[in-house]
Amino acid sequence: MIATQLPALQIIIPLFAAPIIVLVRRSELAWIIAVVANLMCVLVAWKLLGLVNEQGIIRYSLGGWAAPTGIEYYVDSVNAPLLLLVAAISAIVLLYAYHSVKKSVDSNKHYLFYAAWMLCLSGLLGMLITGDAFNVFVFLEISSLSTYMLIAFGSDRRALTASFRYLVLGSIGASFILIGIGFLYAATGSLNMLDLAQRIPDASSERAILVAFSFISIGLMIKSAIFPLHAWLANAYHHAPITVTAFLAGTATKVSLYVFLRFLFSVFGTQYNFEYLLFNVILLPAAVLGFLIMSVVAVFQTDLRRMLAYSSVAQIGYIVAGISLATQAGLTAGYVHIINHAMIKTALFMSVGCIIYRLGHAHRPSLDNLIQTMPLTCAAFIISGLSLIGVPLTVGFVSKFTLIGAAMEKGWWMMAALVLVSSVLAIIYIGRVADVMLFRKQRLPNPIPQGRNEAPLSMLVPMYGLIFMSLYLGVYGSKTLAVASEAATQLLGGFR
Amino acid sequence: MTWLIPPLIFFYGAFLCLFVGRTQRTFITLLAPVIALVSLLMLPMGNMAQVQFLGFELIFIRLDKLAFVFSLIFIIAAFLAAIYAWHVNDKIQQVSTLLYAGAALGGVLAGDLISLFLYWEITAVASVFLIWARRTPAAYATGMRYLLIQVGSGVLLLAGLLVHYNDTGSILFEHMGLVSTGTLLIFLAFGIKCAFPLMHNWLQDAYPAATVTGTVVLSSFTTKMAVYALARGYAGEEILIYIGAVMTLFPIFFAEIENDLRKVLAYSLNNQLGFMVVGVGIGTELALNGTAAHAFCHILYKSLLFMSVGAVLYRTGTSKASELGGLYKTMPITMVCCLVGAASISAFPLFSGFISKSLILDASAKNGYYLVWFALVVASAGVLSHSGIKIPYFTFFAHDSGKRPAEAPMHMRIAMIITASLCVIIGVFPSLLYQLLPYDVAYKPYTTSHVLAQMQLLCFALLAFVFLMIKGIHPPEVRGINLDSDWVYRKILPTTLSAWAASAMSVANTWRIGLQTQASEWIIGIRRLSSPGGLLAKGWGVNSMVFVVTLLLLLVLFLNLF
Repeated sequence: MIATQLPALQIIIPLFAAPIIVLVRRSELAWIIAVVANLMCVLVAWKLLGLVNEQGIIRYSLGGWAAPTGIEYYVDSVNAPLLLLVAAISAIVLLYAYHSVKKSVDSNKHYLFYAAWMLCLSGLLGMLITGDAFNVFVFLEISSLSTYMLIAFGSDRRALTASFRYLVLGSIGASFILIGIGFLYAATGSLNMLDLAQRIPDASSERAILVAFSFISIGLMIKSAIFPLHAWLANAYHHAPITVTAFLAGTATKVSLYVFLRFLFSVFGTQYNFEYLLFNVILLPAAVLGFLIMSVVAVFQTDLRRMLAYSSVAQIGYIVAGISLATQAGLTAGYVHIINHAMIKTALFMSVGCIIYRLGHAHRPSLDNLIQTMPLTCAAFIISGLSLIGVPLTVGFVSKFTLIGAAMEKGWWMMAALVLVSSVLAIIYIGRVADVMLFRKQRLPNPIPQGRNEAPLSMLVPMYGLIFMSLYLGVYGSKTLAVASEAATQLLGGFR
Repeated sequence: MTWLIPPLIFFYGAFLCLFVGRTQRTFITLLAPVIALVSLLMLPMGNMAQVQFLGFELIFIRLDKLAFVFSLIFIIAAFLAAIYAWHVNDKIQQVSTLLYAGAALGGVLAGDLISLFLYWEITAVASVFLIWARRTPAAYATGMRYLLIQVGSGVLLLAGLLVHYNDTGSILFEHMGLVSTGTLLIFLAFGIKCAFPLMHNWLQDAYPAATVTGTVVLSSFTTKMAVYALARGYAGEEILIYIGAVMTLFPIFFAEIENDLRKVLAYSLNNQLGFMVVGVGIGTELALNGTAAHAFCHILYKSLLFMSVGAVLYRTGTSKASELGGLYKTMPITMVCCLVGAASISAFPLFSGFISKSLILDASAKNGYYLVWFALVVASAGVLSHSGIKIPYFTFFAHDSGKRPAEAPMHMRIAMIITASLCVIIGVFPSLLYQLLPYDVAYKPYTTSHVLAQMQLLCFALLAFVFLMIKGIHPPEVRGINLDSDWVYRKILPTTLSAWAASAMSVANTWRIGLQTQASEWIIGIRRLSSPGGLLAKGWGVNSMVFVVTLLLLLVLFLNLF
């Protein structure tokens, strides 16, 4: 009985947790409810993944209304792993968040914070699970609005401007998507993705489809922070509460990228040559310039959050580079990096969160000799940093290796070379931080209290949990690769 | 057994070191090589520890006689360095030393290119901490340069192996030869770590910048791993003979005029690598035996020289020739050990360098490379001059600097004495080493003509040095103004040599300055754009963001519709 309702539960659990949290109001209780709801989400996502592996695609008609008319949830090997990823990362960050949130957010607003978090989570999971184009827009709005709210919780007043800028840009992106969906509906008379995929090839007006395609692409490029539409991201990540940053870095952009993949490959289908045009003229240069320029920019940042934010844009560049190859190997590389980068970047932001928890800032030049006071946090940062660089035996290496392999397979030597160059840039920006943490004598007059001053265990344990998970998947990289390759096959094969 | 392979033993040690106190850490650094040695001796010949990774079959252990010699000497070197570093109380250095030694060992034992690449990268990342551990801004900058070059080599290797895999469908690390783009890229990757001419600067830049003990460790592994890789993949590639010959010659000039003795040793390291590369290039059984033997001996005597100069640095705080001298009075044991190292590197009969270098020299003569043979002989004379005489002479004798440091600490003396004894034992009983070599070759180093020829060469070189010292060459203390500069010893050489060197340096400098100004302008520009507040990094206003969005939308619409 429950097994058949799993797709609905995936969304309903966090969606209902939010109002309950608002009613409860007590901050500890709010946190506990959020954690429990989130863990249930993880469980559901785990079950769904198992089901998909066992019996293939799951189609679920919401409210019993059959597919083209009603809203349909559609789970296959592309979104099932991502459902688990997003739910798990949210759960880990939420477990970690308790102390950090207590310190950085007003205690009478905690319940709003966790309620917004639950809404954001249900929005993101909804975008992943739904098979209905308009429903994507709805969930996108749910997740976006709650994200603006979460960012505005930042202790700094600049958080408000950052949130506002993101709001404007995000709304533009969302309305572009809505316009695109409108055009699609006008041209085909359907909103169901599977149905759309079948109707688009013999739609009455090809122009309408092309316009729809353009608007949806640009809208999703904004939401996924693809260079040069990334400008909202740095401020948002910088000024949001660090737990929110850790959560968003691992999930929000990744989910938008998934929707992008879905529309590009499953809905519009690869037989259209306009996509190749988009790939080669827009996406590929955007990806390559993105990972090169943003890596350079990251080198010169002095605030760790900002540095990691620009590095995120660069890493999204890798993912898009893989996608723009539009081959089995390329999509595998892009997809595997969605998973791997989510783990790496979340862990990095979590370690920065520990630093901020103790020091109140993450200004690189004042982190001298931090290893003495916060050894575990520094170790976490450096291990995840090595993974970001792509040192062998880490997940970063699995991504880099498959991406370069895919580029070479297609004969794009230049891109392979540039990926390597950009990974060297990552060494510089991570190396600068590592050097300051490990080797500098304290220059500023005692900014760091002496003696051990490690972050609380409740922050360290979830962080190390994530790091060990990512190390495991780095050593056994074939596991994630198999998942990614399956997803790529599914994407290239279209809806079945 | 897979979990007890030698490289892993070092990694376990490094991991344990993270959690224990000082005494335990010191013992772990000593014990790890011993256990690794036992593990190595118990390994059967052939492939082991095969693992599936990303759809490839990795072979972590491929043991044959070539790999065995290199593994053995790496383990010995790690052990000696651990004794020498007994006093070090720095978790970062100890952990990175173990990681570094383990990775170098792993690289030598790797049976496929991907696991080789894996260890290649670990050596780069682990070893840079030995430089950064000096904890000065200069060491940071040097370390960063070193790291970039090392990782650059790794990047080339990765690119090369992928191309190679695309071409051949195989990732096995065996003889490849320079036949395709892929193998060329791999060749360049090896070349960087092997410090080929024009790719060598990282070595002289980084090794003297590391900590006292760090330099001893660094000098043993990276370059010899590269020599092994070349011997494995590119034996008999003729171009290596000429690359090697150039490598033996050009560092001599720089070594002669260099004032920092650790830098002199770094140059002479480069020169010694040249001999090994020539051996690889000739590629006959005799030559490859020579390369392996020379690597074995070289690691010992080069460690010994770095140890003795390091001990002096440890006691006096300087390794500049102009500030040292007369130390034999208070550091006699260090002096004797240094002399043994000097005699070995200069290939005096009865010392280890003699029995290994002869193999390579003979191989080059036997195969008709007379010009190369001559270059190697000239280089040998140069070695005698800058490493054999200059190092001990200006440290322990020459003008009295007035310094009266205490003798090196006990553990340093023990390490040096063991290393020195090994040099002598190998020199006196060469068959001990010869039986370890990859091929069975009956070779007698101690023939009358051979010993005589070598002694003649050495005596005349020695004589020339004494002659130059007495005749019109000013001892350093006269040139008091220049004491701190790096150019003091230019006059010690015949004027011609120094003129060559000077002009070479000035040409290099002009180029460098030109390039530097150009590059720095670029960097300033990039920095202006990318720093916080620069165009690329500041928080864009809503207007400009929307402008970009609109522009891109128009572009996409235009492309799609027309």
